[in-house]
Amino acid sequence: MIVRQKSRWLVLLAVAVAAIAALAAGCGGDDGDGAAAAATSGSEGGGTITIVGYSVAREVYADVIPAFTATPEGAGVSFKESYAASGEQSRAVAAGLDADYVAFSQEPDMTRLVDAGLVDEDWNAGPQKGFVSDSVVVFITRKGNPKGIATWDDLIGDGVEVITPNPFTSGAAQWNIMAGYGAQIERGKTEQQGLEYIDALFEHVPVQPASGREALEVFNAGKGDVLLSYENEAIAAQRSGIDIDYTIPDETILIENPVAVVNSSGNPAAAEAFATFALGPAGQKIFGENGYRPTDPDVAKQFDYPQPKGLFTIDDLGGWPEVRTTFFDPENGSVTKIFEGQGIATE
Amino acid sequence: MPRVTVPGAGRLASPLGIGLAVLYMSVIVLIPFAALIDGALDNGWDSFWRAVTNPQAMAALKLTVGVSLVVVAINVVMGTLIAWVLVRDHFPGKSVVNSFIDLPFALPTIVAGVTLLALYGPNSPVGLSLAFTKAGICLALLVVTLPFVVRSVQPVLLELDTEMEQAAASLGAGGWTIFRRIIFPNLLPAILGGTGLAFARALGEFGSLVLIAGNVPFETQVSSLYINGQIESDRQASAAAVSVSLLVISLASLLLLSVLERWTSRHAR
Repeated sequence: MIVRQKSRWLVLLAVAVAAIAALAAGCGGDDGDGAAAAATSGSEGGGTITIVGYSVAREVYADVIPAFTATPEGAGVSFKESYAASGEQSRAVAAGLDADYVAFSQEPDMTRLVDAGLVDEDWNAGPQKGFVSDSVVVFITRKGNPKGIATWDDLIGDGVEVITPNPFTSGAAQWNIMAGYGAQIERGKTEQQGLEYIDALFEHVPVQPASGREALEVFNAGKGDVLLSYENEAIAAQRSGIDIDYTIPDETILIENPVAVVNSSGNPAAAEAFATFALGPAGQKIFGENGYRPTDPDVAKQFDYPQPKGLFTIDDLGGWPEVRTTFFDPENGSVTKIFEGQGIATE
Repeated sequence: MPRVTVPGAGRLASPLGIGLAVLYMSVIVLIPFAALIDGALDNGWDSFWRAVTNPQAMAALKLTVGVSLVVVAINVVMGTLIAWVLVRDHFPGKSVVNSFIDLPFALPTIVAGVTLLALYGPNSPVGLSLAFTKAGICLALLVVTLPFVVRSVQPVLLELDTEMEQAAASLGAGGWTIFRRIIFPNLLPAILGGTGLAFARALGEFGSLVLIAGNVPFETQVSSLYINGQIESDRQASAAAVSVSLLVISLASLLLLSVLERWTSRHAR
């Protein structure tokens, strides 16, 4: 009887082990692929590069990749690509998603990987400081700009509705807010007045979509007069046939998109070559053609992107780490406070 | 139906079955939930409590529970009605309508959101602009929770013996009395079951709300969107804490309803 009891439990155990093994095999497929990719990449001048990038980068890399594989350095290299929200991608890589080359919409997403030890500290040591493309915050309006929106003050005019993603859901939307704040500073206003402007601005924001993509969707569905977005997105939207105009305000922020090679890459030579290509003249030209401002000054000259009078960078406002704490800390950040104040006021 | 017991068969099957069930439940549900709770308490009770009682989090939670209650109340009535029509009435195209009920299950909820935005957004072709309001949130939740009540009530209604109703009618009971005394008590356990599922689903719904909820803190930001914001701001512990509070509400309501369900099925008849 005891023996039989034992064998019963053995059966149970065996089934359990089998189930776990099956689960591991079924769900762990990615790991297998990753190992395989790493294994094949040992051979010279080929292998696979996995790009993990932010959503809108998809279109530009669709042009950069074939241009790269047409060069001697890129011959025989194959690509795996993954695009999603910048913050999501960064967290996924930090959590172990296989990546050789990462492209984000803002620096803090890269800093996360530096902190995780996945990107070398000197990723921004090159002449372009690790930024493959620039852009600026612009006002996207309805065709013909019926409300004549041209300045930051126009945004808080009577009856104007502004759409911007929620800065806490969309890291990229923090550019928009810092653009509006910095524009006030640029015009000689105090920090307090800058915050008051942000407060006034959010009185005009009826919807705060979760991300830039959804914000465009909402604007396209007919909501709002102005969409705070980026020049490259506005150009991309126009090219995809969406009926919009856009205005570059006199004072706006320079958006910088970082790229880097992940130091745990199984194919570092090819990934480095790809990064060099993207930052080099040929790659930069493709970025320029796709609505981005090239970070290589010589290539930038070939394009006539208008230079706003009052262009400032995030560093002028203290840099991302400081901005994130002072403005966007979920408990004590000044934007958090503005949101809370508004909540109480409208309740 | 008399129960047939095969000697010996139950003895091996039962520990095996329980073992497998426990293992599966552990891998799929229990361990992840334990990890979630552990993550929520990462920085101690203090910060857990601060995360849950944060004004934005509280406002989002109140809104979420509020709209979920409204949605469930509507869908309990409408879901039961639809189940009734599908079982008791005969009309052409009934089987097509019947298969439509499950569509919200099959549809990626973000697609439901896009569709609702096109239909009830600012350029609404039907002249109903509900998007980005609380009504819009309710609308999206009504869509995704409809199948729960219908699919819980429908099989019970199919099984329900019409002889009981005929007997009641022959004893002089009117339509309303029959419904109140015969049909409703029989359906109640199923309705409660469906209610619990629909409520839990409404609490946690994310995909369909991404586009149609305005996501404005204190006004149209539901908990799932708030949690999304916390994750995006690298506050995993706080996101986990708010999720745990949603889980607690959900679990409490499911437990309450299942107690009610058992009570009603014992005492109704």
